[in-house]
Amino acid sequence: MSSTAKITVTVDGDQYIDTVEARTLLVHYLRETIGKVGTVIGCDTSNCGSCTVLMSTGDQPARSVKSCSVLAVQADGATITTVEGLAGPDGSLHPVQRAFHELHGLQCGFCTPGMIMSAVDLLRDNPDPTDEQIRDGLSGNLCRCTGYQNIVRAVRAAAGEGVAS
Amino acid sequence: MTVTDDREVGAARRRKEDARLITGRTRWTDNLTLPGLLHMAILRSPYASARIVSVDTSAALSRPNVVAAFSGADVADVQGSLPCAWPVTEDIVHPDRPPLAVDMVRHHGEAVAVVVARDRASAMDALEAIEVDYEPLTPVLDLEEALADGAILVHPDKGTNLSYTWVFDSAAAGTGTDVATVDAEVVIERRYVQQRLIPAFMEPRSVIVDPGAGDYTIWSSTQIPHILRVFYALITGVPEHKIRVIAPDVGGGFGGKLHVTPEELITFMAARRIGRPVKYTETRSETMLAGHHGRDMIQDVRLTARRDGTVTGMSVKLIANMGAYLGLVGPGTPILGAFMYNGIYKFAAYRFECNGVFTNTTLTDPYRGAGRPEATYAIERAMDELAVELGLDPIEVRRRNWIKKEEFPFTTVAGLVYDSGDYDAATDKALMLLGYDELRKEQEARRASGDPVQLGIGTSTYTEMCGLAPSRILGALRYAAGGWETASVRVLPTGKVEVVTGVSPHGQGHETAWSQIVADELGVAFDDVEVLHGDTRTSHKGLDTYGSRSLAVGGIALVEACRKVRDKARTVAAHMLECSPDDLEFTGGAFRVRGTPDAAKTVADAAFAVFAAHDLPDGIEPTLDADATFDPETFSFPHGTHLCAVEVDTQTGHVSIRKYVAVDDVGKVINPTIVEGQVHGGVAQGIAQALHEEAVYDESGTLVTGSFVDYTPPTAADLPDIVTDRTETPATTHPLGVKGVGEAGTIASTPAVVNAIVDALRPYGISDVPMPCTPERVWRAIRAVGTETEGGRS
Repeated sequence: MSSTAKITVTVDGDQYIDTVEARTLLVHYLRETIGKVGTVIGCDTSNCGSCTVLMSTGDQPARSVKSCSVLAVQADGATITTVEGLAGPDGSLHPVQRAFHELHGLQCGFCTPGMIMSAVDLLRDNPDPTDEQIRDGLSGNLCRCTGYQNIVRAVRAAAGEGVAS
Repeated sequence: MTVTDDREVGAARRRKEDARLITGRTRWTDNLTLPGLLHMAILRSPYASARIVSVDTSAALSRPNVVAAFSGADVADVQGSLPCAWPVTEDIVHPDRPPLAVDMVRHHGEAVAVVVARDRASAMDALEAIEVDYEPLTPVLDLEEALADGAILVHPDKGTNLSYTWVFDSAAAGTGTDVATVDAEVVIERRYVQQRLIPAFMEPRSVIVDPGAGDYTIWSSTQIPHILRVFYALITGVPEHKIRVIAPDVGGGFGGKLHVTPEELITFMAARRIGRPVKYTETRSETMLAGHHGRDMIQDVRLTARRDGTVTGMSVKLIANMGAYLGLVGPGTPILGAFMYNGIYKFAAYRFECNGVFTNTTLTDPYRGAGRPEATYAIERAMDELAVELGLDPIEVRRRNWIKKEEFPFTTVAGLVYDSGDYDAATDKALMLLGYDELRKEQEARRASGDPVQLGIGTSTYTEMCGLAPSRILGALRYAAGGWETASVRVLPTGKVEVVTGVSPHGQGHETAWSQIVADELGVAFDDVEVLHGDTRTSHKGLDTYGSRSLAVGGIALVEACRKVRDKARTVAAHMLECSPDDLEFTGGAFRVRGTPDAAKTVADAAFAVFAAHDLPDGIEPTLDADATFDPETFSFPHGTHLCAVEVDTQTGHVSIRKYVAVDDVGKVINPTIVEGQVHGGVAQGIAQALHEEAVYDESGTLVTGSFVDYTPPTAADLPDIVTDRTETPATTHPLGVKGVGEAGTIASTPAVVNAIVDALRPYGISDVPMPCTPERVWRAIRAVGTETEGGRS
């Protein structure tokens, strides 16, 4: 009943070619069409940030996007990294993932995929943020468990490892 | 005799749970799929109160991919009623609560009809094809209006909006005297309003029901898989042994997933009718509308004291909003607070009365702390008022009334026996960490200079009852179930250990803490322990996770099961070493012959010997397993002192937390990192109640805070750094010494913040700001007194 479009998108290093409904949100495409359920949905108003992924199109560098606010058709030709593609090919954790683990930056872990992806983007923008800059930079991601304190510590620690370089 | 070495207990172990959570390899219910899985969407009432004239689902059935559609009328004979497990009085008014509304809807968001389709989008699309003819009615929303003569009734057939009145009186109970007879040289009378909150766990609720061939498997994002299984059996008639409930990874709960939900029952009915697996995952808007809410009560408090600051008595009268129906434990939630209004203090007399009232709103049930934050708020706010009345420092007036370290065990005026505590130690540490005296000097200076940004310091000295709960006490309070907890420990042939626990974590880190306990008890490596939970096929028994009970009850069961295993391993090891079990000591992870420490056998050695079973002592069964079930004799009582310094901009009303100090005493600590994390999160939720959050209905009964746009949990930018520290006074009532920490931060922090705001504004003649203390409310409070003092000019 609704129009469809064919898209080609690279997610976590693999290329996918799919026909999607024009109205399909990127997060639904990731979860339901290609099975990337590591990226989760926490709200329906683009407030919680749980669905955050990195997306780059054309020559543009990868930026964090809330994948509930992007249509799958807008991701045609894009390269996307989800939390599932953040670790190295050998399984070695990204410094931000490692810091979240080391500093107890998660409890239930539901917000964690989005929080980690936002933190990665934040550190690319600002490799040496102050605590206040970290708090502001992550204010698009809600966490209900941690009070954010150990998340801030984790991002600061990851910055100390020179993640952005 | 100390038989274990504390190598793991007390260590800041990194969590085992994290590996899957930081890489996206998590099993949230909504991540799961099954062959032939169908998807359900729910049509919800747009009215707070309406008669359902008719529901027509036929047009929805003809929509693409739709498999089934039905309404409450279609299932009225089979759907049963959702349970309330805590009818707190014999004559409680307890209306039926059908999962799908049949004749009436009684709150905005109540489920009316469903569509089941091959995909979720088709199911949601087809909802718009369902035709419902409502006859809207005027709702009753205000608690006091609901109790007035001639009030509109939520359940007209019941003849009243009053569900129950529950009373505790220390004179009648023999735990104190009559509140009317004690000295009352000073009387503090205040009304506090606990606004309605929404738990707002991050993972929306989700459920999958696979009907199999009559043997049902159910995955649910729940805190209570075991309790859910019992109620599924009772409500649906499916035999309990044909029902398997699994709580996979669960993304937070905070009491909000302590429920048997309409959605769980509706999904079950859909799967049963269609004969195929069905999934329902709610949207965030549905969570806000129809997941249960918390708090929402009016507290009228009367505190009496002598002029020397000695509190003599307290009377509390509550009107508690039940919402439109009774939740699973909704009536009992305020009653949990009944035993806590006296806090850490020695009163001679105490009276508590709670009136549970129906309104046309989403029902209330536990939210983190459940009754105890409300109680702590009332007493800690009132103690500050008493201090002002007497011209005493708020810390000093508390010191004059709290139970001293040497007075434990202490029987309170509410009848509880506090086993241990050291309120002076926790408070002294908190004062030092805050820099209390310096901040008071700065406050003086700002007041003197008329600084538009005023400084306030808030105090909250709290205790709580944790470790829910002794089964006999629950029985006496008319709760339907017990409060025990269970654990199984089995040592595998290669010395690895599987532990099955009856509690059901959803972010607390039990897999890690339980592994630490087992590692020390059995002398095995932390990584050699696997903790299984949340699946009724592997964990047959249990009462799940809420009320800071997992470690304080479940942890004791775990220790007892480990010790049974160790005793048996000792017998086997003695046989292998050809000595008497009495000749062995358990040290360094092995049984060693006293005086000949090289002659040693580990639990793993015993496990293999038992597995082979070639040469076991006579009468020894060839397993190295044990179960234990622990029913606590009493509660545990963590305590602490939280201090908060705020800056209040009197020109804008903006409140900024300058420093927050939490010194908690949760007894013995298994993992300090996890404990600190629990305090951080708890404090954040308490600050959220003080400053940020409120569920609001408009005059039509429409929830206007139905998304994260309007209901605003704090972001990282909204919260301060929290300074945490501990004192450690072990519980004396069980072998582990732990007291519980899940709710402590939430209980302590709300009054600390509001006391600080009021303290900042005392020079303006302000003694209260209603929660949440938003800039607008603070500004209006300042302006209101300004208007009064300026003789009515606005």
